[in-house]
Amino acid sequence: MMGHENQGFEDAQIYASREEMESLVLDDDDNNNSGNENNPSSRSNGGANGDGIQHQHPLSSALPFAEIPTTDDDDPLLSSSSPQKSPNSFNSFLEPPSYADAVFRSFDGDHGKQINGHGAASTSSPSSSADYLKISVTDPQKEQDLNNSLVPGGNAYMTYLITTWTNLPEFNGTEFSVRRRFKDVVTLSDRLSDSYRGFFIPLRPDKSVVESQVMQKQEFVEQRRMALEKYLRKLAAHPVIRRSEELRLFLQVHGKLPLMKTTDVASRMLDGAAKLPKQLFGESVVSAAVDPNDVSQPAKGGRDLLRIFKELRQSVTNDWGGTKPPVVEEDKEFLEKRKKLQDFEQELSNVSQQAESLVKAQQDIGETLGQLGLAFVKLTKFESEEAMFNSQKVRAADMKNVATSAVKASRLYRELNAQTVRHLDKLHEYLGVMLAVNNAYSDRSNALLTVQTLLSELSTLNARIEKLEAAASKIFGGDRSRVRKIEELKETMRVTDEAKSCAVREYERIKENNKNELERLDKERHDDFFGMLKGFVANQAGYAEKMASVWETVANETSGYAKN
Amino acid sequence: MITTQRSSTGGGGLQSPRSPSSQPPYLSVSVTDPAKMGNGVQAYISYKVITKTNFPEYQGPEKIVIRRYTDFVWLRDRLFEKYKGIFIPPLPEKSTVEKFRFSAEFIEMRRQALDTFVNRIALHHELQQSEDLRTFLQADEQTMERARSQDTGIFKRKPSDLMQIFRDVQSKVSDVVLGKEKPVEETNPEYEKLKRYIFELEDHLAEAQKHAYRLVKRHRELGQSLADFGKAIKLLGACEGDALGTAFSELGAKSEMLSIKLQREAHHLLMNFEEPLKDYVRAVQSIKGTIAERANAFRQQVELAETIKLKEIDLNKFRLTRSEKMSEAEHEYEELKADSEEATKRFETIVRLMNEEIVRFQEQKTQDMGLAFHEFAKGQARLANGIADAWRSLLPKLEALSSS
Repeated sequence: MMGHENQGFEDAQIYASREEMESLVLDDDDNNNSGNENNPSSRSNGGANGDGIQHQHPLSSALPFAEIPTTDDDDPLLSSSSPQKSPNSFNSFLEPPSYADAVFRSFDGDHGKQINGHGAASTSSPSSSADYLKISVTDPQKEQDLNNSLVPGGNAYMTYLITTWTNLPEFNGTEFSVRRRFKDVVTLSDRLSDSYRGFFIPLRPDKSVVESQVMQKQEFVEQRRMALEKYLRKLAAHPVIRRSEELRLFLQVHGKLPLMKTTDVASRMLDGAAKLPKQLFGESVVSAAVDPNDVSQPAKGGRDLLRIFKELRQSVTNDWGGTKPPVVEEDKEFLEKRKKLQDFEQELSNVSQQAESLVKAQQDIGETLGQLGLAFVKLTKFESEEAMFNSQKVRAADMKNVATSAVKASRLYRELNAQTVRHLDKLHEYLGVMLAVNNAYSDRSNALLTVQTLLSELSTLNARIEKLEAAASKIFGGDRSRVRKIEELKETMRVTDEAKSCAVREYERIKENNKNELERLDKERHDDFFGMLKGFVANQAGYAEKMASVWETVANETSGYAKN
Repeated sequence: MITTQRSSTGGGGLQSPRSPSSQPPYLSVSVTDPAKMGNGVQAYISYKVITKTNFPEYQGPEKIVIRRYTDFVWLRDRLFEKYKGIFIPPLPEKSTVEKFRFSAEFIEMRRQALDTFVNRIALHHELQQSEDLRTFLQADEQTMERARSQDTGIFKRKPSDLMQIFRDVQSKVSDVVLGKEKPVEETNPEYEKLKRYIFELEDHLAEAQKHAYRLVKRHRELGQSLADFGKAIKLLGACEGDALGTAFSELGAKSEMLSIKLQREAHHLLMNFEEPLKDYVRAVQSIKGTIAERANAFRQQVELAETIKLKEIDLNKFRLTRSEKMSEAEHEYEELKADSEEATKRFETIVRLMNEEIVRFQEQKTQDMGLAFHEFAKGQARLANGIADAWRSLLPKLEALSSS
């Protein structure tokens, strides 16, 4: 029940009108209705059907007010007189196999998710069934930051309890908890981006600009808690990232998070200033070279400012220059796939929007049916109380039939919608995945740009060396200063060449990551979307059948009025 | 005249045989073929009114005339004047929104309501004998137009007058309910109960009708969003390709198909559930008019009775003084007595008729609503089954595609 109940269909207004419906109808009836609705034994009946507690979830987890099973036998609104509910109330609810199918199908998808977190192809990866990594985020608490406070009273911030259950060997232990704040999550996310270039890394929740101001609000904290949980579960679901050291440190190490914070502090504008420490330590001064190891990282602000400038210049040359850059993205397959994914993303966004409208329309029709039912209930009461003629009593009875059916149908719509939301949520999820894909592709292009930049540098250096050599050879006996310059340049070129090799390796590595991730994505996408489609369709069919039977009963009972 | 026994209020009826005398008497009317006439601001809709009857006062077994909405209004006003105490069937409202006036849906709703209106009159054992009805059903257009424009005299009751009466009645009822006794009111507890019932009923019905109308809209909205969703997911399928793409496309197609079903059901709901509810509301409002008439008649009766008492006093005074005014006074007294008797008779007729009408009304409404409920349930069941079948049929396909 970790947070899933919150993903259900929460609308306070609906809840209120449902209350209205319940109380109004229940007053009317002779049966011991309050017993039926709120009776805890009805819940335990659900659990006692032999399949385990979990199966209660399709109803209860979807809704915040889910204690009410919409069983025909159980429904106090039925005019049938038996006051005692059948012991198999839950089973009879499952009776129409189609409906049970609908409910169970949607549950199956969830069941897998609850173990592996979101986005996992739960049924199709046999290896992951043995090991697990389950995370929950709970218990938000306010804490004071006493160190950095410029403001008396300190900066307050929220921490969350991160609890992990796992049997993965690299963790020492099976259950443990730490406290983390949102800043730590940002750090984790940044470090993962650095270490796993080319991977489709799930995106972390947004920072909120006005965080400190809204922090008091319960709603915001709860939203953030859910978002964090979702994020960590997605990380845990990724086959490579779940094994990362960064994640392990985040989940397990108590106290301060032992990951390097993102620094963008000193912005060293001048090339000279950047080189100064190196000069002092006697390292070779390579005026425009890039430290080979650094090339495996993308260019960031601050010390890499010069590098950024060069890569920018290179990219402009790529786009506008007459000559083709020395290395290009040649992988046609990659280019095709990327275009396809872009199209997919666009259409997906559109579908996601329409799905939202669909959900809203379903919600509205359910609501209106409920209100119509209520209006007829009141009318029924009125006609019964004020009846002066028998015809009125007959009419009141007919009306009551229709009213209760309308209320039933309204509830069915609500349940259907809660399930629909969960299925179609996949669409929104994949929009997030597409963003991760774009990031991975950016990693690739950045790496390529670095390679291209270095190649350009090499060729520039080479040209300069050749020029100097040509000039020097003309002077008899050599030109000491020129020769020295040539030596320097040759050294720079050597270092740059090393850097280039590094960069090329990095680029290839990222390409490989892209490829593997794409395969993984395609497979997961296939499974996830088919699951979504089947679940959605089965749901719609199941609930439609339920509604049909409700209305068929009324139609039969009023068939006497039909025109011949 | 022998009354025809019929429970349906729809248009059409028994086919007229060759020899009317061997048939039980019947009068059935249908309002059909709406046609737009005229241009611009003057434009209006005309309807074909087809009468099939074997009543001797009517011409031939079948007669067709052309009528417009204001003709129906004329008929209703005349009946309301002449048959006090009877609940005159209600008319559909005049349209306030210009744009909507000529929409196909509105025209159809109005046609259906007008058809119901005329048939109810034709089936009512008293109203069907009305001369005005005969005029309406048979007169040529010029006669009809003349009759319509002639109605500026005492018979013509403007809608605003009616509204005033409604308001008076409403305030009077609430006064009585609040316990403020006004002398010129009936103190019949059963009748009070009826009046209260009618007023409250209108509120309840109006609310139900409001939600019914909203439900129609919701069906349309759901249909629209299914269509949009279907289209979008088809595009996604085209972009995706392979098995998954096909799955998306199939789903999209189903979704679009269901959208059509929903629009159809919305229309069915409108015509067969929402309109009958609206009709019910109008009927109750019509009853309020009758209540007002009864109050008027009662007041007249009481006022005359009081006037007579005063006149009696005067008369006795004259008799005692042997005044020359006595014969005049006697004359006036006799006249007043005659008037008073008439007023009393009028009032008592209204009371009697109302008692009969209320029974008939309740029975009629049980039938009408029973049918409306049946159509509502039938429509919803049909829609739900259609939806279930459509999605069910898709599942095996999805199964096959997912494993391919």
